[in-house]
Amino acid sequence: METLPLADGPLAAVPVDGSGGGDPLLHPLQFDSSFSFSFSSSSPTRTSSFAEPPSNAKGVSLQATESPKGSIYPSPRPNSREDSDYLKITVSDPQKESESTVSLVPGAGTFVSYLITSRTRASDLSGSLQEFSVRRRFRDVVTLADRIAESYRGFVIPPRPDKSVVESQVMQKQEFVEQRRSALEKYLYKLAEHPVIGKSDELRVFLQAAGKFPLPATTDMASRVLDGAVRLPKQFFSSGEAGSGYVAAPQDVVQPAKGGRDLLRMFKELKQSVANDWGGAKPSVVEEDKTFLERKERVLELEQQLSTASQQAEALVKAQQDISETMGELGLAFLKLGKFESEEVVCDSQRIRAADYKHLATAAVRASRAYRESNSLAMKHLDKLHEYYGLMLAVHHAFSDRASALVTLQTLLSDLSSLRLREEKLEAASSKIFGSERTRSRKLEELKETIIVTEDAKSIAFREYERIKENNKSELDRLDKERHEDFIAMIKGYIVNQAGYAEKIAGIWTQVAGETNRYANGTD
Amino acid sequence: MISTQRTFSGSSPSQSPRSPSGQPFLSVSVTDPVKLGNGVQAYISYRVMSKTNMPEYQGQEKIVIRRYSDFVWLRDRLADKFKGIFIPPLPEKSADVQSKVSDVVLGKEKPVEESSPEYEKLKHYIFELEDHLAEAQKQAFRLVKRHRELGQSLSDFGKAIKLLGACEGESLGKAFSELGSKSEMMSIKLQKEAHNLLMNFEEPLKDYVRAVQSIKVTMTDRANAFRQHYELAETIRLKEINLDKLTLMRSDRAGEAEIEFRELKAESEEATRRYETIVKLMNEELSRFQEQKTAELGLAFHEFAKGQAKLSHDIADAWRSLLPKLGVSS
Repeated sequence: METLPLADGPLAAVPVDGSGGGDPLLHPLQFDSSFSFSFSSSSPTRTSSFAEPPSNAKGVSLQATESPKGSIYPSPRPNSREDSDYLKITVSDPQKESESTVSLVPGAGTFVSYLITSRTRASDLSGSLQEFSVRRRFRDVVTLADRIAESYRGFVIPPRPDKSVVESQVMQKQEFVEQRRSALEKYLYKLAEHPVIGKSDELRVFLQAAGKFPLPATTDMASRVLDGAVRLPKQFFSSGEAGSGYVAAPQDVVQPAKGGRDLLRMFKELKQSVANDWGGAKPSVVEEDKTFLERKERVLELEQQLSTASQQAEALVKAQQDISETMGELGLAFLKLGKFESEEVVCDSQRIRAADYKHLATAAVRASRAYRESNSLAMKHLDKLHEYYGLMLAVHHAFSDRASALVTLQTLLSDLSSLRLREEKLEAASSKIFGSERTRSRKLEELKETIIVTEDAKSIAFREYERIKENNKSELDRLDKERHEDFIAMIKGYIVNQAGYAEKIAGIWTQVAGETNRYANGTD
Repeated sequence: MISTQRTFSGSSPSQSPRSPSGQPFLSVSVTDPVKLGNGVQAYISYRVMSKTNMPEYQGQEKIVIRRYSDFVWLRDRLADKFKGIFIPPLPEKSADVQSKVSDVVLGKEKPVEESSPEYEKLKHYIFELEDHLAEAQKQAFRLVKRHRELGQSLSDFGKAIKLLGACEGESLGKAFSELGSKSEMMSIKLQKEAHNLLMNFEEPLKDYVRAVQSIKVTMTDRANAFRQHYELAETIRLKEINLDKLTLMRSDRAGEAEIEFRELKAESEEATRRYETIVKLMNEELSRFQEQKTAELGLAFHEFAKGQAKLSHDIADAWRSLLPKLGVSS
């Protein structure tokens, strides 16, 4: 059963029964039957609620037939979809490959690669859509994620699939590979959907560059909290050259202290961040604004509630599954009874009873099936809760980007003020301390140069901090908006689903009640 | 409060069961369980009220206080007196009688047992029926539990969703709040239905199981009666041979033997009669049992289906009522 995203309707999807998408609320019984799908334990697809789960090899996008806007990308947010560069992304065809180096240990040095095809909206001059196919391994995805994290600080970046610390044998097991394939597909979708990241070079290169994935792994593996601006985005530099066109001096200054580098600087930064935590020394940069702090509070509160709601939703789904199973087993027990009583019938009442058993059993089995289907759909709806709970981690990262940018800025500010202090002292000091006037002037010159460089670095850090703050804000706004939309759609979808199936089940039992009405005392 | 009023009248089917005059009727209710006594000796007493027009009863209405052991006494007296009749079982049958019954009926204890193919079939039927019914009852009980569990989950979910709504605010907050409230409301309905299932579906199934067990008791009685009849018949045969021998020999013991023989013959005839009564009663009871069970189960199924239909219907209504509030036209 295919479903179509309603481009402008409030609901994410409409079950198609050939009636081309009537209001599902008017025709609840469209939920009937025609889609039976087995609920799979892998993470549900990111599609609209009534879609069939994709087969292993197929992509997540549906082969929709007609659609109002010609978009075949399933999404509850048609507006953002119109902006996305990518129409379709598919991850498929996992293949075992070996590293080029010969390894002594059998099995080591092999990895799994996936075929990733994508279709872009931007067409070339001929007007046709462009399609790309590349082969990537999981390590490439990690690299992509890391590079995006570096370039898009302050953004709420979709979390990438987990690395799994498992043996290589497990790595090659089909179930694991399938789970990973599905997770990768979801991840790439989410990236493509992001209004800013979807247009990034990193994603484009990942999806389109043939051969090996060309982006080098980031050198910066240091803890993000202590990071300064590692590699400032090229937007900052007037030279605007990709790769290594950076102005060296401010860069050097702005590089965070790392092992082997300026240990003293590292201690200073540490002291600064500790001072921040304890609300001690007041740097000359305006402290976090109240609005942001309030918002952060709200986000933390939201995270808490999402966690609980997500858990309870899981428990609810399980309880519904249990009732479905028990109803089915009850049906089976009555079927057996009916069969038993039909063997060698002795009297009429036995025959009647056998028939009654069978009617009840059939109804129970049908009801059990309806419960199961309804529950499987409910699970897909309620999965949004899990999804947004998972996104909270990305929000925390966005916040910590901001915090570390602030630390960098504050470090530089405090550096600057102590440099200026030294400058004053040096200017006021007599040449006698330095042995000669020339020495003093030279030192003064050097100091002035350092101050200029530090000033530049401070400006850069300041702009970076402001930029990240802005990213934080717009991302939180975007998150709020999308979350609201998604949750409203989730609620509606969930309710419509539950109502439809409840009516179906009511119908099943009403029929049995009618059939057994003759047994009632007439007091009904 | 547990109060069941049952009214029984004479077996004429055309009469309404509630006619106070004409047909004899007996209406009994058991109410007001009260805990009496202290500690280990505590027990529960019940108020037993009977209304009847039967002349054997003193007066039309009588109220007595009885405890469980009194019910057991009654059951034992009836079982002694009315062999062949399926005495309705008391709740909470003990497991001991079970195994004893099986062994005797299946002829494990004694080598003698009646072996008509029909009775064999019947025995087989009764034993298998019990197994099937026990399984059905087990699932029914599980279903009750599942309803309760689902009710609990819905309630927890509702609360969590309401809290989430408080966080979100605006239209989404309102939507979550409605979702949460409805979930909590449905939780209550589920608990109610769980109770309904327990009383009107699982309990009748349990009754059915117990009824089958009481049939097995009757089968024990029948087996015992058969054994007695058979053994006496054997004894008589030997005695008769012996008597003939003594008579031929003109022994002085012949007279004695004759008297003995006559007594034994009377006993044997008595035993045979008892056995045959049980067989006859049992056959009658069986057809009554089958009919009764079909009616009782039919009612239980009806109640089950009704309850489930109403539950699902209410759930559907509750959800649908939310849709306009979410701005969805329905």
